[in-house]
Amino acid sequence: MTAVVGERRRVDISDLVLRYPALGPSCALVLAVVVFSLVTDTFLSLDNLSLVIEQSLVVGTLALGQTLIILTAGIDLANAAIMVFGTLLMAKLAGVGDGMTALLAGILLCAVLGSISGGLVTSLRLPPFIVTLGMLTVVAASSRIYAAGQSFPVSNGLLGLLGQRFYLFGRIEVTLGMLLGIAMFLIAWYALTRTAWGRHVYALGNDPEAARLTGIHVSRTQFSVYLIAGIIYGIAAWQALGRIPNADPNAYQTGNLDSITAVVIGGTSLFGGRGGVLGTLVGALIVSVLRSGLTQAGIDELYQDVATGLLVILAVALDQLARRRSR
Amino acid sequence: MQRSSVLIRLVAMGAVAAALFTAGCSAERTGGAGPAGGNTGPVKIGLVTKTDTNPYFVTLRDAAKAAAQQQGAELIALAGKFDGDNEGQVAAIENLVQQGVKGILITPSNSGGIIGALQQAKSRGVTVIALDTETDPTSAVDATWATDNTGAGEKQGAYVKAALNGAAPKVLMLDGTPGGAVDTQRHNGFLKGMGLANGAPQIVGSANANGDQNTAQQATENLLQRSTDINAVYTLNEPTARGAYAALSAKGLTSRVIVGSIDGGCQAMADVKDGKYVATVMQFPKKMAQEGVTAVVDFAKSGTKPTGFHDTGSELITEKPLAGLDSKDTAWGLQNCWGSAGG
Repeated sequence: MTAVVGERRRVDISDLVLRYPALGPSCALVLAVVVFSLVTDTFLSLDNLSLVIEQSLVVGTLALGQTLIILTAGIDLANAAIMVFGTLLMAKLAGVGDGMTALLAGILLCAVLGSISGGLVTSLRLPPFIVTLGMLTVVAASSRIYAAGQSFPVSNGLLGLLGQRFYLFGRIEVTLGMLLGIAMFLIAWYALTRTAWGRHVYALGNDPEAARLTGIHVSRTQFSVYLIAGIIYGIAAWQALGRIPNADPNAYQTGNLDSITAVVIGGTSLFGGRGGVLGTLVGALIVSVLRSGLTQAGIDELYQDVATGLLVILAVALDQLARRRSR
Repeated sequence: MQRSSVLIRLVAMGAVAAALFTAGCSAERTGGAGPAGGNTGPVKIGLVTKTDTNPYFVTLRDAAKAAAQQQGAELIALAGKFDGDNEGQVAAIENLVQQGVKGILITPSNSGGIIGALQQAKSRGVTVIALDTETDPTSAVDATWATDNTGAGEKQGAYVKAALNGAAPKVLMLDGTPGGAVDTQRHNGFLKGMGLANGAPQIVGSANANGDQNTAQQATENLLQRSTDINAVYTLNEPTARGAYAALSAKGLTSRVIVGSIDGGCQAMADVKDGKYVATVMQFPKKMAQEGVTAVVDFAKSGTKPTGFHDTGSELITEKPLAGLDSKDTAWGLQNCWGSAGG
């Protein structure tokens, strides 16, 4: 905002895209939906569109927690591993006890694991990349030890609840997981944009030193972000069981990178302080729209990865451009 | 600034929602090309493999593509990102059903994880066939085309036993992944062929090598560190056998240890010829793919879903045939193996 006040501002599209990180991704999403609807005759159907949303739920929820952490200029490589451990605990406990205890214990476990990362980052001032890389290894191995090479099918009603389908207006397929997912994004959006805590998170990501000087309790805010992210991963574990009622220690090995992909495509800056959760929602949808659409256009799967990778680079390039302009 | 940014985002989100909504509406109005709905084009067949990096699955995919083309059908090949990627396989199944395939051929990573998606596919009139790996329960699919892995393990065991020529067996077991169905079947089959029970004292040591050459080499090195007094090695697959061979040759043990294997990759034909391991049991992924594709095409024509378990067979490959055991040499093996011989 270095422009001289009063100077007539030209409405420049590229300027808009750069200033509002979620705008570009949203346009890309609309474009992708339109293109796939035109080139395939199976993409554009209510069933398929709700399927696309369903397919983006687990990674989308992981990406929601990831967004909070990336906004503080951190990163979480352990999120999917934490979630998988959560699903295993839930599934094993539900086998011997009631579903509610299992669910809460799973979410609690994820919250604890998230706060361990947060505690190491804030109190020892270790780089988040290294802390969560270590956590990834430890948690993934712990899951395997805990599971002892088994996977655990889940038949508990509460744990599988989010996968239950019902039909709006008798046509539109909706799962409870979708509603919960959308609610979580809206709550996070509200918390980040309408509360003091949210402003502290952005301030911290922009410049921790300046944030400290303005009286923000930096380490407490930072810790809270990792804790909340942990709780979100716990809910992601619930989502995962709703989608696939089977807790498997080998599942979601690329979930951490997939969530970072969604965050970055959604326009949140890896350097912190810029972006938001609505962009991430769009980012997660773009990834599954691409997967679904390219599959239905009959394009080989590896090219789908190529497309996703190129989008990541494009998104980061746009972010860099925006940063340079804002200086 | 903050407020207007939020506003713009809301507008953007609204636009997306509107786009999705109108998209949905227009589909409804035109009646949509519903799943598996009145397609007049060629029969569409989906193939979902565990990964698309393993040469075994590449062979399966290429053979299925060729078979589909021959029969005027269209094959769409998808895969998980890694072994155990249930979410990836489920999404692939859903997307294939959406696309209106007549049948789905799948090598399940973990059948527990994908059972729901398979059921849903079946309920939409799609025939589902397991290739290479059985689902648990087998009723999750209409039919299965696979190697009888217990039988293949038994062939390896019987050969190793015969090659020991009466010597008391002292065996190392190089298994795959704990809990894997194929891994357990081959393991038990081998012991059956050897005439040993699980946990018998003749089993000197065992390790999980995950079907990976490096892991197998390390595991064998560690086991040999404990005792070199062995005369036979069971290996889950050929990369495992290559790893075991490297460890054995470092200790100078290759001449008195009999290594058997399973799979029938082309690279193995050279290994067997060179005597790195004396025998391997070949399986036939091309046959699985061809017969699976044919079954779907038949289903599209006749409306009758395939059923049951179809053993695609296995063949003992060795340059040192032993009396009483059917086998073929590596020249025959090279004609029938899968993957490429390079490397």
